[in-house]
Amino acid sequence: MKAMIELQNVEKEFNGQLVIPPFSLTINEGEFFTLLGPSGCGKTTLMRMIAGLEIPTRGEILLAGSPVSKLPPYKRDVNMVFQQYALFPHMNVEENICFGLKMKKVPLHEQQKRAEEVMALTELTEYRYRQPKELSGGQQQRVAIARAIVNNPKVLLLDEPLGALDYQLRKHLQLELKKLQKDLGLTFLYVTHDQEEAITMSDRIAVMNKGHLEQMGTAHEIYHEPKTRFVATFIGENNILCQGDYCYALRPEKVNLHDPAIALEKTSTYRLYAGVVENVVFQGTIDKVFVRLREKDFDLPVLMAYQYFDDKRRWRPGEEILVGWEGPDAVKVES
Amino acid sequence: MSRGRMLAYPAIAWLLFFFLAPLVIVLFMSFLQRGTYGQIIYQFTVDNYIRFFEPLYLQILGDTLFMALLTTIICFLLGYPIAYQIARLQRNWQTLMLLLVMVPFWINFLIRSYAWVIILRSQGMVNTFLLDLGLIEQPLNLLYNFGAVLLGMVYGHLPFMILPIYVSLEQLDRRMIEAAYDLGATPIKTFFYVTLPQTLPGIIAGSILVFVSSLGMFVIPDIMGGAKSALIGNLIQNQFLSARDWPFGSALSIMLAILSLILIFLYYKALQAQQGKEDSR
Amino acid sequence: MKSLRHRLLFAYAMVVLAFLYIPIVVLVLYSFNASRINAQWSGFTLDWYISVFQNRYVLEALYNSLTIGLIAMVVSTILGTMTALALHRYKFRWKGAIHSLVYLPILIPEIVMGLSLLVLFSQLAIPLGKLTVIIAHISFCISFVIIIVLARLEGLGREMEEAAQDLGATPWQTFRYVTFPMISPGVMAGALMAFTLSIDDFVISFFVAGPNSTTLPLYIYGMVKRGVSPEINALSTILILFIFLVTVALVILPERFRNRMGDKKTQRQMPF
Repeated sequence: MKAMIELQNVEKEFNGQLVIPPFSLTINEGEFFTLLGPSGCGKTTLMRMIAGLEIPTRGEILLAGSPVSKLPPYKRDVNMVFQQYALFPHMNVEENICFGLKMKKVPLHEQQKRAEEVMALTELTEYRYRQPKELSGGQQQRVAIARAIVNNPKVLLLDEPLGALDYQLRKHLQLELKKLQKDLGLTFLYVTHDQEEAITMSDRIAVMNKGHLEQMGTAHEIYHEPKTRFVATFIGENNILCQGDYCYALRPEKVNLHDPAIALEKTSTYRLYAGVVENVVFQGTIDKVFVRLREKDFDLPVLMAYQYFDDKRRWRPGEEILVGWEGPDAVKVES
Repeated sequence: MSRGRMLAYPAIAWLLFFFLAPLVIVLFMSFLQRGTYGQIIYQFTVDNYIRFFEPLYLQILGDTLFMALLTTIICFLLGYPIAYQIARLQRNWQTLMLLLVMVPFWINFLIRSYAWVIILRSQGMVNTFLLDLGLIEQPLNLLYNFGAVLLGMVYGHLPFMILPIYVSLEQLDRRMIEAAYDLGATPIKTFFYVTLPQTLPGIIAGSILVFVSSLGMFVIPDIMGGAKSALIGNLIQNQFLSARDWPFGSALSIMLAILSLILIFLYYKALQAQQGKEDSR
Repeated sequence: MKSLRHRLLFAYAMVVLAFLYIPIVVLVLYSFNASRINAQWSGFTLDWYISVFQNRYVLEALYNSLTIGLIAMVVSTILGTMTALALHRYKFRWKGAIHSLVYLPILIPEIVMGLSLLVLFSQLAIPLGKLTVIIAHISFCISFVIIIVLARLEGLGREMEEAAQDLGATPWQTFRYVTFPMISPGVMAGALMAFTLSIDDFVISFFVAGPNSTTLPLYIYGMVKRGVSPEINALSTILILFIFLVTVALVILPERFRNRMGDKKTQRQMPF
């Protein structure tokens, strides 16, 4: 696999404040790579440094092997899809799409040819003479993508491109984006704070917090083998069990619930803890069951578990309960 | 990178030379003396500032402050209801009404004052009308007195009051009024306990705009007040154009400018308070 | 009960509105009154308009006002736009001081600004005339242009320019194809504002005008001081009409532009 973007100890200071401590990362060619983290974690700054909209205070950025951190944005072979799309309101769809080619003085007939191709690909041909404000949110987003990919960038940067859209449309476009990326074979660098979005689309995810990298890996790894407490709680739901210096992340769906009356006859492979059901919250296909543990072994008084709509045993608040889990299901995390 | 910065330099230089430098010169001049023939003697003195405290000038200052205060109060009483009415209207009507309020404001003070002269002078509309009806035998002296100047001041400054109050009424969260009704307040009580306090920043902003503009006004008293009702603006104008006492005129203008800027600073604070409230929503 | 209170409020508002308009209506009406002195209506005439347009001094004052207004508009629009661009784009060490310098000419009483310029010109022994009036007008117009254009620039945000650069536009291309087209409504509004302020200014011109630089407001002032005459009404009516047209233009044009430029707000409100 060829490296497309390499960050080598990139640092960024704003007004003397270190926002991003030395940061290194390699993104491979053709990969759908996501920077995931809460707002203010530095993921957007990182992307803007790759685009050239911010200059790293120290360190080097390599694009397809050549250093670019001194180059202004208009000399870099990357293009960006902005958060609010930043479509030029005084140009129609086609003019927006041709803008980059026009700036690079691409011959007119080629501009037209490439614009046609891209408009066909993004299904915008019939809207070519519309003004951006005459388009729906989803259409605007397609224009933003078309305007970027028409330049044949080495990497497409997407800064929370679905943030402004409603839930249903977001779901739909996640799949569309993934398909587009596969078809084009283009490297995508995607920035989002939405863990669900990241897990759905990405080949690899880098979870960021307070400017540094918490964990990098496939969606599967990030979900099932969180390395740090932050990753464990930021992605999906987790019970964090701490004993002395060690902490474990335990997904609620891995917690098994037993009736004290029946459970004793079956010698289980794992330890059981006694508790009382404190609350049961209906969530659709599952109910969340909150169990107050008798023992104070863990630094966690209330454990969360799920019961499924087709479970025979329905738990009610106040009932005595036994909980347990398979040893490997509790994943050791750094606190 | 820094070459683009130079774009700002011509205008900054212009303002330094033709705005700030003249003010500094006036400040200097306010500490100089005036010779017998109106020439300037380059000798330091604070007499110009001391002279200001003579009864004659204190009287003028008092008149000016009183006039400005009265103008502000009347503008408030006239302006609040109309602002309230505009804020109650539908969007399109609001725009139209605001425009109607603003258009007279764009017409020169001079012309607007003159319009009142036509109406109020002894052969003017009002007097002619009253004489024709036989209600009076002699034309009334409606012009060239304190009342006439006050009328002109109120007329000239009313939009200054209406606009900021309208803005604060417009920003008012209607749910708060509904909440007050829900909690059993009558409309009158709701107005005095909810609406009025909530629009206080707008009232302060409008009042300061009106007050400051009234302080420096010399056109309206000049046209509608005749020689009798001199305000500080007329006094300053006289020092520069007829009395030729530039150092004293300079001292007066410095004091007017400082007073105005202090009030504008307060206005700015009131505005910030209003914006702060908007942000917190 | 409720509707009575609201009706009273409405009536009160109408009375105040009438108070605002009656003097203007009277002024305009009397410009068509045949009688020179009397307040009674004695027939419709356009004589006063004819005599205004035959008055050499009025035409001269009009010419002065227009030339001064045009020059002040062009210079202050160019300088002001340049400054707004730089202030928006770059960090300045004396940022607070520069902003104060820009806002002060608007905030300080006009009379103080007028007389301080008079003092400056007399100290430099520059004879009062058209030049001094133009300089004075530019000085207060610049600030308005800067503030209007700056507001437009800040409304745009940096995103559009960044998008242009990201798509390969050099700084100059970014300005030429994105920044300038997008701020041009602001620049035009600033220019119109500068022209109107210049045409309308009395107080500052009053201090710095010389014998051959009488502007329309100065001429009207002179006439008013001499007494009431229907020519003033006619001239004032023309000016009121001008102000009215400019106001309508200022209200309608931005509305039009906003439609074309796609205001950020309307963009966001767009449903899918």
